[in-house]
Amino acid sequence: MEENKRLVKVPTMAQMAANGEEPEILFWVGCAGAFDDRYKRVTRAFVQILEHVGVKYAVLGTEESCTGDPAKRAGNEFLFQMQALTNIEVLNAYNVKKIVTACPHCFNTIKNEYPDLGGNYEVIHHSTFLQQLINEGKVKVQGGEAFKGKRITFHDSCYLGRANDIYEAPRDVLAALDADLVEMKRSRANGLCCGAGGAQMFKEPEPGKKDINIERTEEALATLGAGNGVIATACPFCMVMMNDGVKNKDQEESVKVFDIAELIAQAEGLSK
Amino acid sequence: MIGIENIIFLIVAAVGIGLFVWQIRKIRKNVLMGRDTDLADNPSERINKTLLVAFGQQKMFKRMLPAVLHLFVYVGFIVINIEVLEILIDGIFGTHRVLGFVGPLYSGLMALNEILAALVIIACAMFLWRRNVTKVPRLATGVEMRAWPKMDANVILITEIVLMLALFVFNIADLKRVLLAGEEVVGAYPVSHFFVDIFGEDPDQLYIIAKVGWWFHILGILAFMNYLPSSKHFHIIMAFPNVYYSKLLPKGKFTTNPAITHEIKAMLDPSYQPPAPEVDAEGNPVMQRFGAKDVEDLTWKQLMDSYTCTECGRCTSVCPANITGKLLSPRKIVMDTRDRMEEKGEHPAIFAPNHYKEMGVERMETTEEKTLLRGYITPEELWACTTCNACVESCPVNIDQLSTIMDLRRFLVLEESAAPASLNAMFTNIENNGAPWAFPASDRFNWADELYVPSKN
Ligand code: SF4
Ligand code: SF4
Repeated sequence: MEENKRLVKVPTMAQMAANGEEPEILFWVGCAGAFDDRYKRVTRAFVQILEHVGVKYAVLGTEESCTGDPAKRAGNEFLFQMQALTNIEVLNAYNVKKIVTACPHCFNTIKNEYPDLGGNYEVIHHSTFLQQLINEGKVKVQGGEAFKGKRITFHDSCYLGRANDIYEAPRDVLAALDADLVEMKRSRANGLCCGAGGAQMFKEPEPGKKDINIERTEEALATLGAGNGVIATACPFCMVMMNDGVKNKDQEESVKVFDIAELIAQAEGLSK
Repeated sequence: MIGIENIIFLIVAAVGIGLFVWQIRKIRKNVLMGRDTDLADNPSERINKTLLVAFGQQKMFKRMLPAVLHLFVYVGFIVINIEVLEILIDGIFGTHRVLGFVGPLYSGLMALNEILAALVIIACAMFLWRRNVTKVPRLATGVEMRAWPKMDANVILITEIVLMLALFVFNIADLKRVLLAGEEVVGAYPVSHFFVDIFGEDPDQLYIIAKVGWWFHILGILAFMNYLPSSKHFHIIMAFPNVYYSKLLPKGKFTTNPAITHEIKAMLDPSYQPPAPEVDAEGNPVMQRFGAKDVEDLTWKQLMDSYTCTECGRCTSVCPANITGKLLSPRKIVMDTRDRMEEKGEHPAIFAPNHYKEMGVERMETTEEKTLLRGYITPEELWACTTCNACVESCPVNIDQLSTIMDLRRFLVLEESAAPASLNAMFTNIENNGAPWAFPASDRFNWADELYVPSKN
């Protein structure tokens, strides 16, 4: 494969506008997707898929800024609206219509909370987007056998599931992999939070018996059985929390945490 | 024939109902302490939701055993109310089984009534067992499950059993008297038929026993009705309006404060003209707190939520913070709101709000300050919430615990700048770098460096 690869030049909205073009979708990367070392790999995997299927997309690049979600959930409505109104100005200036993002928090905020402030877009989470690509046959997951017999359990993100009723899209994506999809005891509407939402990601947990991500990781490990399984996530916060949990349980050798986009990119032979 | 007994009955019923109306007025007043919010949109969707969740008990069926037991009590409550209507008419006009003229339909109704009454007794007995013997954790634990809520639950269950027994005493004695006198039996009594032998054969005695059963049942119902406003059992009324007015938007959508929007728009664009501020009756601008410190800062719907709570603890038992031993319990947030509202406003005849301070509850350090925030709910509880919506999802009567938590958090941040230090650092990062972490905004696009894809063919 080494010799057959091509360097991707990720297009930005500014470049597109300069060329008088408009992309089909804006890929909203999000702060975690741009700065978190682990989640940058998800961003790259998703771009590899976009390039592979030939969707006309663009990103904001350095013009993107935090959606304001952590500020809002922490109660700082002022800072949230400051961020939102500034972002909306940028998005509207580029005449953006359709946004895809791999972060459920960005997704929820732009989809549900930006309209009140003048930002109206069609917002799609990458799980739904990937599901559509698979349904349309644009992604075939030919290397899917690599997952045969592997146990995968999907951890629902609160901001995708309960907050926006998206439970099936990520599962459909995983089903395409022909893996052994197992459900945790608490899943879908009854899923257990990873412990990072509501701005918890940015502070120490309150005193208690246990951290929430440990409780959730224990449940995932119990579901996967001993060794060699995958915890699939569709949210940067969940990924950090589950990774920390797996490390805490000394299971990082046998149990891997992957985003659904990474699993698809792997199955398509787009990344290692 | 209308006699002295009917007049006494009329007076008793009027007093009972009058007292109830007076209590409801107090509750209405308390709820209207809250801020206004417009929830009159989408009536058809709201009616649908009410039919499904309130009438149809949709969300109860997440847990099978309590759902089935509860269904018995719920259907029993509705059907037995039809008989209560008959009792009222009989009582006022001195008639006997006045609805009997509908014939087979009446027999069906009475038979159903008896079967349901028996099921209610069984269900209530099992509920008592679950609370007091097997001690289902969500019903037994939590600082908010103080003496009163615990007693309240038992009072209700025992009262329901006693009321049903009184109904049977009336039916059995009446049935036996009619049978012995060779009169035609009006209605059908599948359960009472079994028990006719427990009473003697003296017709006068049977008449008196039936009368005592009848009076006990109706007096009990009137008393129970007036107990409701002081009790978690009030949900049998409040569940319907509360579900009707519940949130129709995606659970992830939190409210937007337009006052803040105007302020920011004016900051960003000096030529922006914010609308004139709202004024009160005297023409003074209405000053509103950002977020909620006390009950009057919450909306009437949030206050109505607290009157609807059944204290079932389903929310608390799925709350990740609570599961992992943090102080937060969404049920406590709702119950505290009710306690504080009744302390500040009026409270129903039987109940008087009580305080954690007086109970010496470990780790719950409320202050002397008589406000919802700090007097009842501590910042530690509020900061433990992950805004995961598990509580909202689990609540059988569509209470939005999270909205109250968020409004209290907003007060801490916007009015007191009392966020934990690490959150303040996060705010600063967003302000300066456009990201919650301290990375320079110029690095935001670095992820795209040296990105390869396999070229096709
Ligand atoms: S939203 Fe908050 S209170 Fe409700 S279950 Fe989640 S963490 Fe608990
Ligand atoms: S808020 Fe809802 S789920 Fe929680 S105790 Fe009250 S009724 Fe039950």
